[in-house]
Amino acid sequence: MEALVALAIGTLTGCGIYLMLRTRTFPVALGLTLLSYATNLFLFTTGRLVMGRPPLVGGGSVTADPLPQALVLTAIVISFAMTAFVIVLALVARVELDSDHVDGAGSP
Amino acid sequence: MSLLIAVLLPFLGAPVVAGLARRSRRLAAWGAAAAALLTLAVLLPAIADGFTGATTIQRLAWIPAAGLSLSFRLDGLGLLFAALILGIGLLVILYALYYLPPRDSLGRLYAYLLLFMGSMLGVVLSGNLIQLLIFWELTSLASFLLIAYWRQRESARRGARMALAVTGGGGLALLAGCLLLGEIAGSYELSVVLEQGDLVRAHPLYLPTLVLILLGAFTKSAQFPFHFWLPHAMAAPTPVSAYLHSATMVKAGVFLLARLFPVLSGTPEWTWLVTGAGLVTLLAGAVIALFKHDFKGLLAYSTISHLGLITALFGIGTPLAAVAGVFHIINHAIFKAGLFMAAGIVDHECGTRDMRRVNGLWRFMPYTAVLAMVASAAMAGVPLFNGFLSKEMFFAEAVTAGGGLRFGWLLPVVVTIAGLFAVAYSVRFIHDVFFNGEPVDLPKTPHEPPRWMKVPVEVLVVLCLLVGIFPAQTVEPILAVAAQAVLQAPPPAHDLALWHGVSPALFMSIVALAGGVLLYALRRPLFALHQRWEGRFDARVFFELLEAGARRQAQRLIARLDTGSLQRQGAMLVVAVIVMGAGGVLGTAAPLTGTRALLPVDGASLAAAAVLVGATLGATVLHRQRLTALILVGAVGLIVVLAFVTLSAPDLALTQLAVEVVTIVLLLLALHFLPPESPSESTCGRRWRDAGLALLGGSGATALAWAVLTRPTASIGSWYLDHSLPGGGGRNVVNVILVDFRGFDTFGEITVLAVAALGIFALLERFRPQLPPGDAAGRRWDADVHPLILATFARLLLPLALLVAVFVFLRGHNLPGGGFVAGLIIAVALIVQFLANGVSWAHARLPSRTQPWLAAGLLLALATGLASWLFGRPFLTSASSHVGIPLLGEVALASAMLFDLAVCVVVVSATLLILVNLGMTHQAGQQQANR
Repeated sequence: MEALVALAIGTLTGCGIYLMLRTRTFPVALGLTLLSYATNLFLFTTGRLVMGRPPLVGGGSVTADPLPQALVLTAIVISFAMTAFVIVLALVARVELDSDHVDGAGSP
Repeated sequence: MSLLIAVLLPFLGAPVVAGLARRSRRLAAWGAAAAALLTLAVLLPAIADGFTGATTIQRLAWIPAAGLSLSFRLDGLGLLFAALILGIGLLVILYALYYLPPRDSLGRLYAYLLLFMGSMLGVVLSGNLIQLLIFWELTSLASFLLIAYWRQRESARRGARMALAVTGGGGLALLAGCLLLGEIAGSYELSVVLEQGDLVRAHPLYLPTLVLILLGAFTKSAQFPFHFWLPHAMAAPTPVSAYLHSATMVKAGVFLLARLFPVLSGTPEWTWLVTGAGLVTLLAGAVIALFKHDFKGLLAYSTISHLGLITALFGIGTPLAAVAGVFHIINHAIFKAGLFMAAGIVDHECGTRDMRRVNGLWRFMPYTAVLAMVASAAMAGVPLFNGFLSKEMFFAEAVTAGGGLRFGWLLPVVVTIAGLFAVAYSVRFIHDVFFNGEPVDLPKTPHEPPRWMKVPVEVLVVLCLLVGIFPAQTVEPILAVAAQAVLQAPPPAHDLALWHGVSPALFMSIVALAGGVLLYALRRPLFALHQRWEGRFDARVFFELLEAGARRQAQRLIARLDTGSLQRQGAMLVVAVIVMGAGGVLGTAAPLTGTRALLPVDGASLAAAAVLVGATLGATVLHRQRLTALILVGAVGLIVVLAFVTLSAPDLALTQLAVEVVTIVLLLLALHFLPPESPSESTCGRRWRDAGLALLGGSGATALAWAVLTRPTASIGSWYLDHSLPGGGGRNVVNVILVDFRGFDTFGEITVLAVAALGIFALLERFRPQLPPGDAAGRRWDADVHPLILATFARLLLPLALLVAVFVFLRGHNLPGGGFVAGLIIAVALIVQFLANGVSWAHARLPSRTQPWLAAGLLLALATGLASWLFGRPFLTSASSHVGIPLLGEVALASAMLFDLAVCVVVVSATLLILVNLGMTHQAGQQQANR
C-alpha cells in the first residue's frame, strides 16, 4: 500500500510540474491543482498509513494520527482558494492582455 | 517610567510641531522648544539622582520568555549626553527659527530635529544593547532626512545617501558585534554586560566582537577611513550641522566607546585599533581642514579631527585618559556648536561660504566676529578657553602613554603636530573671514544678524569661557559622575586647573600655538602644493565607484534571474527545489527504505491507484484539450477522496469531496471564457527539458514519500487523542484540533480564505469579458440553459442538503464532519441552485453579495476567541458541556462550536462570493452574446 501511495504522490508531482511549466494559463492552473493534491497527500503521509481506524476517541487503542489530518483539512480549503484566485487572475489577464499566455505575450 | 516617557516625548512632539508650523513659524518654534523642555522636566528627577552618582534603571517587560524588556538607564554618562542633547537642541531650535529662509518648511525641520532628539535620547538612555541599536539606526535615519532637507539639491541628496550607506553599514556591523557581545556576556542588559569585562576580554571571539563594534562606532563618529561622509553631510542646513554633525550624533560613536569602555578596553587590540584610528583621524582631519576654502568644510574636517582626538583618548585606555575623553566631548560640543552657528550667521549674511571671497567682515559684524573668535580660541586650545584644558590633558596622556613604548616618542610628536594644525586652521578661519582685506563680490551686503539669532551663540561662548576659567566650579560635578559611569569605578584624581606648573604638556601647547601661527603665516606655498594634489585622494570617488559597481552588479543579477517569463521562473524554482532536495539527501548513508511494517495491497486499492496514475498522465498528455484534461483532473480528485476514505481520514474525504465539486464547477466556469484548446507552441527541446524536470521531481517526491512512509514515527498525535475528550470535549480529534487546540491556526486560515475571496471579488469588479456566440466549432449555445427537470430537482434537493449540512455540523465534534465540511456542503447546495435555475432566479432569492457574511463570520470567530479573555484564559480557550435535547439525544455544546459556526459561515460566504460572482459575469457575457 505504501508503494502505491508513494507512486501516486510522485506521479501527481511530476505531472503537476510538467503542466505548471506550460505556456498557457489553464494548464498551469491544472498543474497547480495536481501539485496541491500531491502536497496534501504527502503531508497526510507524515502520519503514516493506517487503515480502518479513524482518529476518533473510543475507536480503539491505535488510530490514525489526527494532527496531519487537521493540517491537511485546512490545506485543502486553502488550495481551493488559491486555485480560484489563480484562475480568476488568468481570466482577467486574458481579457486585459488579449492572450492567455502566462507571460501575456503571443497570440490569443 | 519617566525615562520611557522622556524618550517618547520628542517623537510625539514631532507631528504636533509639523502641524503647528502650518499656522505660524513662531508657534512651531515654541512647540518644539516646549517638547524639549517637557522632556527635560520629565528627566529632572533622574538627573538629580544622577548627580549623586546613582544609576536610574527602569524596565518594562516586553517578551519575558525571550529575555526582552524595554530597559532604560540613566547614569552619569547618560546624564551628560542627555544634557547635551536637550541643551544644544534647545539652542538649535531657537537658532533655526532665524536661520531658515521663510520659503523653507520650518515644520519639517523641527519635526525631523525632534525625531532625532528622541532617537538620540534613546541611544544614550538605553539599558539594553538591542534597544540601543534600534535607536542607533533611528539616528542614522533622522540624519538622512535632515541632510536631505533641501531635497531639491543634488548635493544634499547625494550626501544623505552617502551618510546613510556608511552609518547604516556600520550599524549592521554593530548589530553583529552586539549580538556576539550579548551572547558572550549572557545577557543584553547593559547592567549585566558592564560587569562581564574579564569574561568578554578572555573570550576567543573577543577580537571579532571588538572589530565589529568598532566598525559601528568609527563609521558613526567619522573615523578614518570612514570619515568622508561627514563633510558631505554639510549639505544640511547649518542648525543641523551644529546639532547632529558636530555636537551630538557623531558623538554616538564615541559614546559607544565610552559606554563599553569597562567591557572592551584594556587589551593590546583595543589600544592599537582605537588609538591608531583616533590618531590618524586626528592628524588627517587637522591637515585637511587647513586647506578647505569652504569654511563649513573647514569646520567639518576640524570636527573629524576632534572626534579622532576623543577616540584616541579612549584608546589610550588609562582612567585619566578616559576622564580627558569625556571632558573633551563636553568642550567640543560647546565650542563647535557655537562655531557652526557663527559660521551659519556668516553664510546667512553673505550668501557664500568661500573664504577666498568672504573676507574683512570685522567692519560689518564685529559682534559676531568676537563670538566666533572666542569659540575659535577654544578650538585652537588657547589658555582661558575650555578647549585648552582638555587638550592639555590629552597632551599629558600622550606623553605618559608614549613613555613605555619603543617608538613612544612618536606619540607626543604626532599629537603636537595635530595641535599645531588645529591652531593654524583656527587662525585661518578667523583671519580669512573677518580680516584679510575686503570682501570679494559677495551676493549680499553683510550686517549683524537679528538679536535672537546671536543668543544661542552667546550662551555657548559664555560657557566656553566659564568652563575655561572656572573649571572646578562649573564642569567638575558633571564630569565626575560621567567619568565614574564610563569607568564603572570612582574616577582617578584629576586637577582641572589652568596652571599645572611647567610640564611637557605645557611645552607642547606652546609649540602648537606658536607653530600654528607660524604655519598659517607660511601658508601660501602650502596652498599651492595642495592645489596640485587636490582631488587625487578623494574617498568620495572611491565610494561612488563602489556604489555604482554594486548597483551594476545587482542590475546584472536581476536581469539574469528575473527575465519576466513565468515559465523560466517556474523552471528555476523547480530546479532549485530539486537541487536542494538532492543536496540534502546525497552523501547521507541512511537507507531509502525504513523498518516499518508495510500494509498489504488489495485489489481495489491497486485498481484505484491505476486509475489515478492513468488519469493524471492522461490529463498531462491531453492537456491541450482542456475540457478532457479537466474531467481527468476531476477523476484524480475523486480517487484522492477514496484514498482518504481507505486511509482512516473520513474528515479529509468529506472535505476533499466537497472542494472537488466546487473546484471543478469553478474551472468549468472559467473554461467558458478561455480558448477550449491550447496551441502547440513549446519547442521539442523545451518539452523534453520540462519532462526531464517532471521526471526528476516526480521520482524525488516518490522516493521521499517512500522513505517517510516506511519509517516508524513518534508523533505527538497521541497527546491530542488523549486530551481531546477531557480537554476539548469532543471525540472527533481532527475537529477538536481544528476548533480548539490549534484554533489560532484555523482562525488564520479562514482569514486567508476570506482575503482570497475578497481579492477575487475585486478582480472581477472590472471584468467584462466578451463571450463568443458559440463554441470553437461554431455551434451556438443551447437555448435551453436551465432544463426544467434539473431546475425542479435542484430546488427539491436544497432543504435536504441543508439538513445534511446541519447534521454534519452538529455531529462534527464527535464524528466526522464539522464547520469546514458543513460550510462546503451548504455552498455546493446553493451553487447547484445558481447552476440549475440561473443566476437571476437565484439572485432574487439567495444571498449573493456575501461580503457582510464573510465579515460577520470572521468577527464571530474573533469574538469567540476574545470571549475566553473575559474568563481570564488565553485566546480561544474553549469550555464544553453536554446537554440532552429531546429527540436528538445528548449534544455536546462547546464554546468551540461557536467558533466552528464562524468557520462554517466564512467558508460558505467565501465560496459563494467566488463562484456566484464569476457566474454572474458569465451570465452577463452570455446575455450579451445571445443578443
